[in-house]
Amino acid sequence: MIKPASSGRSIRLALAVAMLGSAPLHAETIKVTIDNFTFTPAQVTVKIGDTVTWTNHDDIPHTVVSAGKYRSKTLDTDDSFSFTFASSGDYKYFCSLHPHMTGMVKVE
Amino acid sequence: MSFDNHDDGGHTRRKVLECMTWAGTGVLWTLSGGVPRSLGLIDAAKAADKAAEQQASGLTFLQISDSHVGFDKPANPNALGTLEEAVNRIKAMPVKPAFMIHTGDISHLSKAAEFDDADRIISQTRLDVHYVPGEHDFLDEDVKLYRERYGKGTRGAGWYSFDANGVHFVGLVNVVDLKAGGLGNLGAEQLAWLEQDLKGRSKSQPVVMFAHIPLWTVYPQWGWGTEDGGRALDMLKGFGSVTVLNGHIHQVMQKVEGNVTFHTARSTAFPQPAPGTAPSPGPMKVEDARLRSLLGIASIDFRVGDERLAIIDTPLAG
Repeated sequence: MIKPASSGRSIRLALAVAMLGSAPLHAETIKVTIDNFTFTPAQVTVKIGDTVTWTNHDDIPHTVVSAGKYRSKTLDTDDSFSFTFASSGDYKYFCSLHPHMTGMVKVE
Repeated sequence: MSFDNHDDGGHTRRKVLECMTWAGTGVLWTLSGGVPRSLGLIDAAKAADKAAEQQASGLTFLQISDSHVGFDKPANPNALGTLEEAVNRIKAMPVKPAFMIHTGDISHLSKAAEFDDADRIISQTRLDVHYVPGEHDFLDEDVKLYRERYGKGTRGAGWYSFDANGVHFVGLVNVVDLKAGGLGNLGAEQLAWLEQDLKGRSKSQPVVMFAHIPLWTVYPQWGWGTEDGGRALDMLKGFGSVTVLNGHIHQVMQKVEGNVTFHTARSTAFPQPAPGTAPSPGPMKVEDARLRSLLGIASIDFRVGDERLAIIDTPLAG
């Protein structure tokens, strides 16, 4: 019978080895929702290679636009838009239809 | 839900426009006069005013707004149906208006079928319609459907002017090139055109300026205003009669400042909440029985010699 402790140790070891590499082992997908003309959370911090997915829950269409970086199509109710961040930096974005709606993705 | 806001400071103002608001159907404006009477004008100007007054008499036109054809959410599952009801009311009017202006958001998602449906219904009024776009009319990927259909003879994103019965009408576009964190936007090119358009005009000529988003600041927290609207209004300083007609906020609001009357029309599709009374400006769901009561009739009278505007809202039902 294999002892649980020993098994746990070997997994941790494997993870540590993998994390030494330059490419991220496991890119995350971070969700941002649009409710009541608001991006929630208004600011997210992600790692290079991560993807942010915006989903519109309003009865009114919205867009997600980061000037010169990315631009969604018009998102009708329950439509989503995803963008994968390949370089670090601060990505301010807004809804081009309702420009008082703003948000930020920080990529580290 | 009318906002009756008077900033006239007791000055004598002329009231050139008589307006009957059908909240939910359209706004009927009747020009019943048209010249300042107490500005100490020289005789020649007075004569010109008299001519302008005679010319400007008897003009009746409609405003319709925010049809949102294609909208089918709980706040009104049949926006096309309520547009049709509005059009039926217009068809039944005892006095045929000279024309209609549509202050934008004809469609909900700028789909060809939505524009087709809107045209099919609105054309039944047999009225000339002068359109300006709302942000919902520029959502197609190539941003071309609105301009193909409504942009003939317009400049830029669709602005233009025309004269009718001595009144100068200016249709503006404030829904493109919006900046992050900002409000509606006219832009430098359009403002330069407007300056030229107004240059040399008699200050006694009544001006009606219309655009989708309010040109005055209604509620910036919800984006209800136009970043550079003040610059357009500055160009109208000195004109004796200015009327600014907008849509976008799906409710009647009115404000008078000096010689400028600001008015927003209701939607034919769905109501939106009064500023700050809901978490967002999104469509306001009310009980079915109440929808048409919000789409009631209001009359607004501008009468020569009256100090204040009379606003009377009469619901269609309930």
